Amino acid sequence: MSSPDVFPSGPIQSVSGSALVLRGDDIDTDRIIPARFLKCVSFDALGDQVFADDRTELAGDHPFDRSENQAASILIVNDNFGCGSSREHAPQALMRWGIRAVIGESFAEIFFGNCLALGIPCAAADHELISSVQDAALSSPGGIWTLDLNTLSLTGSDHQAHSLMIAQGPRDMLLSGRWDATSELLAAGSQVDQTHASLPYLNGFR
Amino acid sequence: MWNVLNDDPLSSGTLYDKVWDLHRVAELPGGSTQLFIGLHLIHEVTSPQAFSALRDKGLGVRCPERTIATVDHIVPTTNQQRPFEDPLAEEMLSTLERNCAEYGIKLNGIGSGRQGIVHVIAPELGLSQPGITVACGDSHTCTHGAFGAIAFGIGTSQVRDVLASQSLAMNKLKVRRIQVNGQLSEGVSAKDLILHVIRTLGVKGGVGFVYEFAGSAIETLSMEERMTLCNMAIEGGARCGYVNPDQVTFDYIKGRPYAPSGDSWERAVAWWRSIASEKDAVVDDEVVFDAPSIPPTVTWGITPGQGLGIDECVPTLDALEPAERPIAEEAYRYMALEPGTAIAGVPVDVCFIGSCTNGRLSDLRAAAAVARGRQVADGIKAFVVPGSEQVAQAAEAEGLDVIFRAAGFEWREPGCSMCLAMNPDRLDGRQISASSSNRNFKGRQGSASGRTLLMSPAMVAAAAVTGTVTDVRTLGISAPMSNGIAV
Ligand code: SF4
Repeated sequence: MSSPDVFPSGPIQSVSGSALVLRGDDIDTDRIIPARFLKCVSFDALGDQVFADDRTELAGDHPFDRSENQAASILIVNDNFGCGSSREHAPQALMRWGIRAVIGESFAEIFFGNCLALGIPCAAADHELISSVQDAALSSPGGIWTLDLNTLSLTGSDHQAHSLMIAQGPRDMLLSGRWDATSELLAAGSQVDQTHASLPYLNGFR
Repeated sequence: MWNVLNDDPLSSGTLYDKVWDLHRVAELPGGSTQLFIGLHLIHEVTSPQAFSALRDKGLGVRCPERTIATVDHIVPTTNQQRPFEDPLAEEMLSTLERNCAEYGIKLNGIGSGRQGIVHVIAPELGLSQPGITVACGDSHTCTHGAFGAIAFGIGTSQVRDVLASQSLAMNKLKVRRIQVNGQLSEGVSAKDLILHVIRTLGVKGGVGFVYEFAGSAIETLSMEERMTLCNMAIEGGARCGYVNPDQVTFDYIKGRPYAPSGDSWERAVAWWRSIASEKDAVVDDEVVFDAPSIPPTVTWGITPGQGLGIDECVPTLDALEPAERPIAEEAYRYMALEPGTAIAGVPVDVCFIGSCTNGRLSDLRAAAAVARGRQVADGIKAFVVPGSEQVAQAAEAEGLDVIFRAAGFEWREPGCSMCLAMNPDRLDGRQISASSSNRNFKGRQGSASGRTLLMSPAMVAAAAVTGTVTDVRTLGISAPMSNGIAV
């Protein structure tokens, strides 16, 4: 199980921990972190504010508030999770709360990329599989689940190995620890200059 | 010359393929492509942590002249005196000012005459051009696709990457052509068209795709209408949308501050023409729409895909696909709208005209054509927020502010305003708004229980003067409302 203040680093082979089930399609990043919390110049305080308005509405009964979920690190969601605003504040808030992997039916692209840049795998499976994993996780609260990126499988309290999908590129980046792209992008400095010099619109259209 | 490259990438394919090939720097070990970013736009909300990360890593900004900054999300629209009343907003702007000064980045600040919503100012300054790549820490960056640019939203870690390396790790998307044939009917705008497309293809229908908007309906749209259209590609799940550049595009760009001029103008136009999709370009998917059959379209629910023609009723559960039912049930509850309710006639509390979707001059003209000679209905709060200082000035020069004020609308200073309510403009409690913005998510407009109905600016003005959702075509506006004020 991961501690909320130790953020991912280096190669990520697997994520283990208890699961937090959050049902619903099309959960947008405005719900994950409402806009008023974006008035900040650092991400530090976002962990407490994750799903702030949904949690207020459910007055203590939101999955992120239930006592059995407080140590959870694997979030299990449904379809098109993280759609809407590109705000990285959304995965930052999830990460600072303690989430280290997200499993769902599908993810919005920008959200997926933002998670990857933080070392948080987002792995997908079809509706039936996700529903059955959600049922299993809810029926044994606190049970430990493991997402294995080598075998692309999820195992847990239902004692089955479920296979998941994550595109080859992102998976390799996580496994090799190259998910933080900055150093690779910087390594190609001279090629960046070449491209810069070859683009008509940066060179008087000549 | 650009057209004598050995491996000529301009000779085939879609605009997307050509732009991708021209900007490819390297293939990265992780399997993604390093893509050069031609234009980087930043604002106060998603950049501070990126600059902090640069400092932590001891990195500089590689091409400060390719990054342009503005302030839009947190600015108040009533009193823009510094320091702002809200200390957090003031801290965000002063942080941006410090970062821009330190790294030599041009900031179009308040009072510069060029400040405004990032997706409004880049086009009006002539920064948005065909064939370029544009990145910005904002999902509506797809707006710049209206010029035939490949433009997409990124997160803060990627803002850091662009600052440090002028490039990004990206994976290539598939191309879906959205072919729209015929002409939109009078009173039906680009906003109605895109709400109709999203309603039809769903909010995640475009995931994995870039949308190429094409066909006779698209070719006759003005640049501002094309921006409205591309702006909302992301609401359909497509990270980018674009329109192939043509004479309409070139005429818009000509003479703007960052536009090519002198000798290079002709060369620019020739290159821009060459970058458009070839007639025989193969796309991965195509969906055809019939423009004349599209009605004014309004959302009723909590996703931009929950749209209705103005004559329709909130759908009943059995009329929906099983997969859409849970979110429809959530929407009935949240919006307090019963299935079967006609959307026309639903009362509203607040009417908001503005945002990067519909805060440009033509949008304000379309709304003013409706407001002129009418009065905002009793009990309705209605306000107009120009998308930029330039829009505000141009609108004031032709007296639109006078028309709005006379009709009982408030006329505000430029900014994002109640599109996402990071400034003092927000809904209160359960208030319901008619809004020309792009998102109707729960809580989007600043109240955790506030409700939003998305529609065109003319339709928002119609709702303001009647107090309820109203088909603007029934108000007897004589001139074409989608592109100009009634004369
Ligand atoms: S107007 Fe709205 S959608 Fe556009 S940039 Fe501002 S907050 Fe984002």
